[in-house]
Amino acid sequence: MKFGVVVFPGSNRDHDACFAISKILGENATFIWHDSTTLGDVDAVILPGGFSYGDYLRCGAIAKFSPVMQGIRKFAASGGLVLGICNGFQILVEAGLLPGALVRNRGLKFVCKWTPLRVETTNSPFTAAASKGQRLMVPVAHGEGCYIADDRTLDQLDAEDRVVLRYLDNPNGSMRDIAGILNEGRNVMGLMPHPEDATEPLMGSTDGLVILQSMVSQLVAAH
Amino acid sequence: MTPQVIETHQLTAAEYDKIVSLLGREPTYTELGIFSVMWSEHCSYKSSRLHLKKLPTESKLVLQGPGENAGIIDIGDGYAIAFKIESHNHPSFIEPFQGAATGVGGILRDIFTMGARPIAVMDALRFGPLDKPRNRRILEGVVSGIAHYGNCFGVPTVGGECVFEECYNGNPLVNVFALGVFRHDQIFYGKATGVGNPVIYVGAKTGRDGIHGASMASAEFTEESKQKRPNVQVGDPFLEKLLLEACLEAMQTGAIVGIQDMGAAGLTCSTCEMGSRAGTGVEVDLMHVPQRETGMTPYEIMLSESQERMLLVAEAGREDEVFRVFRKWGLDAVAIGRVTDDGILRIKDHGQVVAEIPNRALADEAPLYDRPHTTPHRPVPITAPRGILDRRDGTTLQSDLVALVSSGDICSKRWIWEQYDYLVRSSTIEGPGADAAVVRIKETGTSIAMALDGNARYSVLDPREGARLIVAECCRNLSTAGALPVAATNNLNFGNPERPEIMAQLVESIEGIAEACRFFETPITGGNVSLYNETLGEAIWPTPVMGIVGLMKTAKPTPIHFQQPGRAVLLLGRFGACDETRFGGTQYVKVVLKSLWGLPPALDMHYEKRVQQAIREIVGAGLAESAHDISDGGFAVALAECCFGSAVIGASVELDLSDPLEIALFHENPSRILISTADAPAVLELASKFHVECAQIGVTMKERVQISNRSKWLIDCPLHDLKQSWDQALETRLTRS
Repeated sequence: MKFGVVVFPGSNRDHDACFAISKILGENATFIWHDSTTLGDVDAVILPGGFSYGDYLRCGAIAKFSPVMQGIRKFAASGGLVLGICNGFQILVEAGLLPGALVRNRGLKFVCKWTPLRVETTNSPFTAAASKGQRLMVPVAHGEGCYIADDRTLDQLDAEDRVVLRYLDNPNGSMRDIAGILNEGRNVMGLMPHPEDATEPLMGSTDGLVILQSMVSQLVAAH
Repeated sequence: MTPQVIETHQLTAAEYDKIVSLLGREPTYTELGIFSVMWSEHCSYKSSRLHLKKLPTESKLVLQGPGENAGIIDIGDGYAIAFKIESHNHPSFIEPFQGAATGVGGILRDIFTMGARPIAVMDALRFGPLDKPRNRRILEGVVSGIAHYGNCFGVPTVGGECVFEECYNGNPLVNVFALGVFRHDQIFYGKATGVGNPVIYVGAKTGRDGIHGASMASAEFTEESKQKRPNVQVGDPFLEKLLLEACLEAMQTGAIVGIQDMGAAGLTCSTCEMGSRAGTGVEVDLMHVPQRETGMTPYEIMLSESQERMLLVAEAGREDEVFRVFRKWGLDAVAIGRVTDDGILRIKDHGQVVAEIPNRALADEAPLYDRPHTTPHRPVPITAPRGILDRRDGTTLQSDLVALVSSGDICSKRWIWEQYDYLVRSSTIEGPGADAAVVRIKETGTSIAMALDGNARYSVLDPREGARLIVAECCRNLSTAGALPVAATNNLNFGNPERPEIMAQLVESIEGIAEACRFFETPITGGNVSLYNETLGEAIWPTPVMGIVGLMKTAKPTPIHFQQPGRAVLLLGRFGACDETRFGGTQYVKVVLKSLWGLPPALDMHYEKRVQQAIREIVGAGLAESAHDISDGGFAVALAECCFGSAVIGASVELDLSDPLEIALFHENPSRILISTADAPAVLELASKFHVECAQIGVTMKERVQISNRSKWLIDCPLHDLKQSWDQALETRLTRS
């Protein structure tokens, strides 16, 4: 399977994602430059972590206008799998592909730590290989990862089983401990933690693999 | 030039005369500015150069020693690492956030200008005590500045140290270490070779920020120093990230022949150093320099320290290949001049020559001072204040331990390092909080271990012995993680070298470092000297900081924390005794007795070396479940630290010590390591092979920390409470109003 990893100016976990997919999972990974309006022949897309365009404004607020987002929108609309990690999640939210917003951490400081998560649903191409209630140890590293939305949106996310991951030890003040969510079509997921940095025993955890492996299984099945 | 103009440029009358004789005429105002920054202490090392020559700089692994932007070490498989430490002390006092941020930015550029991709940063920080609101503000500003820059740039900040002393009240220290990796065939140098080749300016536009930053960093602080805030540069980590990617990509075109970052002294330093190294001249016209502000004079353009700029020399005719890459990354890249054959730095402004100076005059003819040095300044007595230890009768050992683990120097620095992204690049296999940080090289199966160490308490008591001790400790930290120490960088932070007793501290420290680095086979490949760390005539204690790197196979390093209950706890090395004099520089004396006297602990380098060989072998054989060296706070503190892991495993140890027990438990003799193991006999056997004492002193257990002596409990406390004190101490200090 071929994953496209989008590179915005300022992306800095693009190499981490690429390494996890190509060296750990043994799948193909290719970089997609931000000014490309098409995605090429990729089977899935990852928007990686980093500080796109510096993120001196709201995180992701400029990235949403980049040419590559046209391709991402089309790809998502046609059912393609899109995973936004950290800054990628912020961009998807800014672009309106996912509901809610990500604001400054409650502690007002950047926080990098290993964080336990709980898998809330396996009814998604990103967690189908996990088990419901499974505990995942995955790191977070962000300054603006506090997920907020109005009550109606939050209720709707819960009612539609679209909260994929929740924090067991909330590091940023996110409402209802939300760490990752799905779009209505369940083919676009955003999460603040970094599964790509938890893919080898050497790194301290392999719990992040299940998300990437779920995607691969889904793509293989669809082929 | 009037004497006042010369004096405001921090040049002496004799230095000015030398300029006149080198030029054969009076300098222009622009030329005077250029000389003043190149001949500043910061750029010329005029007070320290003579003594820095004493440092060992060579080994089989050293590919590049001092004199370039960073030192380079061969790590095998065709790969190499570049690393260096640099200070940003003065700017961080004036404007903590930007001062620290641009400190990170500057050292990162030093690494990637050589062609290496930065893969790790560490910081050695020194502040005044946190009971003063200003010190809290400085710490918070410095930490968020480092986080801001490193996190956005995408380099993990994997470790460091943070120490508090009164002497840093008006003069905090921010020393930043960075390390990068590349293949041997990707190494670039800052040389302007090839007459006729274009000189290209890339990166941020030039503004009026940071003018005379290098000279500011070469003077003492006075009441007026806060007015120097405009001298502090403003950093843009996003731009630096683009510059990194663009430079590395442009280097791949093969069209670049030399490259250097514009750091201290900006365009001045990069032009004349590149020319001087290549034996060529450089001619530029300032009208081509991208400028952020209008009406900048040649003087201002040449002296600006605007951040995120690089100067490169390309092969004539291949400029477009370089321009194309920088355009892709949205960066300015402009040819501003060319390489000449006359050895002259010629600066033009719209065709008019405004400065014309032989490159060598600036870079190589800088003044060199053999400053007088007497005996090192020593603000404290040799003997302990009368009666200070008499009141200690062994009944307060437990509360003393709590006080120590919650003291500023020893407590957990989690509050600091959780603000740093220490995981980006998915290569950090041992991050902050360990004896040494370990980062793997994905391409080779090799990992790089790195540690920073400094101990101004030891250095102020005896600069020579203090320096030897920190080299030994730094190497011990690496060895304990299982790495072989191979090379070092140092940051020498001192007061005013024009005072003979301060100069003596510097000289003895350098000689101590030289001796120890030679002995431990860790040559110095580069570093930084920061002098004039004084405020209102009060100098900081001598603070040499060592950064040492070690090599190891990529594997999970041995943790410092106990992992399982029921394991044997062994002490590798002599428990040792210590007299009152050599107890005076310990953390116990600092925290509990609030004093300082005497001499640092005694170091036997031959024994130390054997201990390190033994631990590397023990760890390498997979025999140790945990290993942690004994340093600040002595045996009792080290034992507690072994218990502070996520597994919450404590220990019970039984000792045979004689009075006074305070000294026995808390003295800081070097060459000692605590090990937990499931195979004590094998560890004992390996230790004896190296003729090093090793004894089982106890076992690990759940939930308690117990120390007994001759069957009498000295310490017996719940691990949870002790760990809480250690873990929360820094945050508590910072958040109290």
